[in-house]
Amino acid sequence: VTSHPDSLLPLPAATFHILVALAGDERHGYAIIKDVAARTGGALKLSAGTLYRSIDRMLEQGLIREVSARSGRDGDDERRRYYRITPFGRSVAVAEAGRLAQMLALARASGLVPRKA
Amino acid sequence: MRFYRLLLHLYPSSFRKDYGEEMAAILRLRLRDATGAGRLALYVAVACEVIMNAPAVHWDILKQDLRDTVRALNRSRAFALTATLVIALGVGANTAAFSVADFVLLRPLPFPDPDRLVRLCEGPRTMAGWGCQNQLSPANYRDLKQMSQAFQALGAFGSGAVNLVGGGEPRRLTILSVTPEVLPLLGVNPLLGRTFAGTSDELSAAIISYALWQSQFGGDAGILGRTVNLDGAPYTIIGVMPRGFYFPNRDVQLWTLLQFREQDLANRANTYIEGVGRLRADVTFEQARAELSMHADRLAREYPDTNAETGVSFFRMRDNMAPRSRLMLLTLSAASLCLLLLTCANLANLLLARASAYERELAVRAALGAGRQRLVRQLVTQSLVLTLAGSVAGLAIAWAAVPVFSSLVPATLPLDAQPALDLRVIAVAAAFAALTALGFGLFPALRAGRTGFAALREGTRAGGGRKQRIRGVLVIAEVMMTVVLLITSGLLIRAVWRVQAIDPGFRPENVMTMRTALPRPRYEDPVRRSEFYDRVLAQVRGLPGVESAAFISGLPLVVTGLITGIEIPGQDARSGRTSGISHRWLTPQYFETLRIPLLRGRDVEDGDLSTRPGVAVVSSSFADRYWPGQDPIGKAFRHRGQMRTVVGVVGDVRVRGLERTSEPQMYLPAQQIAAGQPANFDPKDLVVRHSGEDEALVASIRQIVRAVDPAQPISDVRPMTDVLAGETASRRAQLQVLGALALVAILLSAVGIYGLLAYTVAQRRQEIGVRLALGADPADVGRMIFANGMRLALFGIVPGVIAAYAAGRGMSALLFGIAPGDPSTFATAVIVTLVVTGAGSLVPAIRAVRVPPLIALRAE
Repeated sequence: VTSHPDSLLPLPAATFHILVALAGDERHGYAIIKDVAARTGGALKLSAGTLYRSIDRMLEQGLIREVSARSGRDGDDERRRYYRITPFGRSVAVAEAGRLAQMLALARASGLVPRKA
Repeated sequence: MRFYRLLLHLYPSSFRKDYGEEMAAILRLRLRDATGAGRLALYVAVACEVIMNAPAVHWDILKQDLRDTVRALNRSRAFALTATLVIALGVGANTAAFSVADFVLLRPLPFPDPDRLVRLCEGPRTMAGWGCQNQLSPANYRDLKQMSQAFQALGAFGSGAVNLVGGGEPRRLTILSVTPEVLPLLGVNPLLGRTFAGTSDELSAAIISYALWQSQFGGDAGILGRTVNLDGAPYTIIGVMPRGFYFPNRDVQLWTLLQFREQDLANRANTYIEGVGRLRADVTFEQARAELSMHADRLAREYPDTNAETGVSFFRMRDNMAPRSRLMLLTLSAASLCLLLLTCANLANLLLARASAYERELAVRAALGAGRQRLVRQLVTQSLVLTLAGSVAGLAIAWAAVPVFSSLVPATLPLDAQPALDLRVIAVAAAFAALTALGFGLFPALRAGRTGFAALREGTRAGGGRKQRIRGVLVIAEVMMTVVLLITSGLLIRAVWRVQAIDPGFRPENVMTMRTALPRPRYEDPVRRSEFYDRVLAQVRGLPGVESAAFISGLPLVVTGLITGIEIPGQDARSGRTSGISHRWLTPQYFETLRIPLLRGRDVEDGDLSTRPGVAVVSSSFADRYWPGQDPIGKAFRHRGQMRTVVGVVGDVRVRGLERTSEPQMYLPAQQIAAGQPANFDPKDLVVRHSGEDEALVASIRQIVRAVDPAQPISDVRPMTDVLAGETASRRAQLQVLGALALVAILLSAVGIYGLLAYTVAQRRQEIGVRLALGADPADVGRMIFANGMRLALFGIVPGVIAAYAAGRGMSALLFGIAPGDPSTFATAVIVTLVVTGAGSLVPAIRAVRVPPLIALRAE
């Protein structure tokens, strides 16, 4: 498990979106897909394969962890797998956001991007 | 939904197990949200998505496994290095052995449809023996060709040697004269020009090999039509054969036309050609053989004087090799395979030990959700990485080892000197590598996968008796194969010693040899030849450091033929096949030069001229055969119509080779060769005993010969010790390889026993500690561990000895009279095995004795 957040940067887009989706609450797979789609206004629709491929890697990297299934939520009686962001995952997400902000600032300073979008 | 579950099988099983249900659930939810046509679109999208993502997931896992593997191997570099080395040796030895065996035994000869190519000679009526027993007479060849229906084409050839002048330096060449059928029936077209049509003007035409074209004529594109000089006669080059074409073997560089004149066909006893044919497609080898045997019977009835004892030797071109060569290659292949098995056993053991060490870790990971398949996959990745690294190194080893094996490629086959390391060989190496990987990788991985969960339940002292037993069996197998390898190589070592200990009948040290074959018709006149010998010998004998020098018509071990018959007045004529005499024509000082003892009488002298009475020096076996118990000096016999008197008796020489019986020998003075005798009677091999540097001597002799005759080439320059060493070259090559295999085997076995016992001691540390703390005698504990190791060794030695005896019987033809159960070899091998495995057991035993009781208890 990698110890320093910066060593994972830049994050793949899917990974960042999943971290953002999990920032507020623990969710199961389908909820993550819907959350990402809603946040991006339908621009990013994660497929199940991409989602779980990312999740598998993020578990390995220690960005998220699985929490025991809770039945009854969503009115769904299936056993589901829920994921929660780890403190390390949170710091990596913050670092990635910082990196993106810095790049945006650079672009603005050069006049490439208008100061107010 | 079922369709989707099926698609999910494209994912790695661990991934499917972890997330398959979730993914199916997501699809279910999506389907619930979608309607009508949207559902169909969803199915298509989902299918595409799985097909895109599945390989990516496989790749992810592979990357991760590789990372884990590198990390794991980096943690235990000694293990990684040992494993790689061991695999490299196993794969390398097998690839080399197999590529040579394949090249010689399996691969079709480099001609189209080679299974229909056969060779035909005269042989005993029983059709016994291998290869060409006796050559054919042109008359018998003609009759067999006329009578036989079995051949699509049948031709004949006879070999010879000529001095070539033209192109580069003058050279001595082995050539073949062939009837017009021979080259076309082989099915290989010339690279340039054409083959023989059989017209009489082609008697001065020559076809050359690719190698000769390159070396002598620099690959000259305008070579066709060029005239070269063969033994003084002009020949026109009409064709160049392609690279890799050899017939009948790789020594022959030039082909001329063979035609029979009336007088050639007159004498059925004059045998100097061999037949080569292509069978008709609808005739089997056995049918052809039966047919020829029938024709031979008919010839025997029609010409009883010459053919009463004559049958045919008829064999496939592919089979023209000594059974010993085949056996040697098979022995090597078997030994290599033995080492590969041993390698696998050893690595399986190492991996099992490592798997045990990680058992708790693996069990914890398994419990935390890493599926069993995932663990298996990881272990397999690890062994694959090791195998890959080892195989690449093994290929390098094979590449280096193939030349060592090249002396095992029989010179009688139309093949290159050694196999090239081509795709086929690389494929074989890959196959051996895969075999290794499966053998040592999969087995422990499956076991680790199976016992993974049990370890947690059983508590700290995991890895119970069952696994120990399997490892014990592996060690026993290792010891067994080691014993087999040790004993078989031991037997072969004894055989080589015995062969090397045979007295060849001469002393080769400090004797230089070279060949100056005098070409006809230039040297047709015996006086001219004598002049050449006299002038060269006089000057050579005058060189500083030269003790003696002589010319002879053939060195022992090199020229094994020149067999003749004699008649003794008053004795019954013997059958030609049992009374052969090996005869040589020579100048004085030959016996002195080779230190062949002169037992009675005198050497030939300069005074033994053609005008003087015929004399002969004979070997003691010659004297014993014809005049047992009598003084042979002064006895007379007839040879080729000439009476000769025995003037001297010398010791016998192993003319045919160290491992073969030789005919009695007869030496005749060069000056008494009657005019018109075949050119191969002429003395041509110069032997010089000297005390100086070989190079300086050869340079001086070259100058002398050039001064006497500038067009005369010198060939086959080598010390007599090389000639003798050539006798045992293939044996020594085989021995080097087998010896190396045996050495590796014994080391592996020692490592195997050590590894197992060391692990046992580590596992039982606490138990041993408790015992010691309770007052057990440390010596008893050490003895127990040591006895454990020795028991494994003994269990391996007993079946090993039995298997080795069986192997020894199988290769008894190679053992030159050493019994396959040779007690001293067996005893030595068993003792060596005991000592080495004992050493491997001793270290863990000592470690057990030193277990500090308190620390062990504290751990509990």
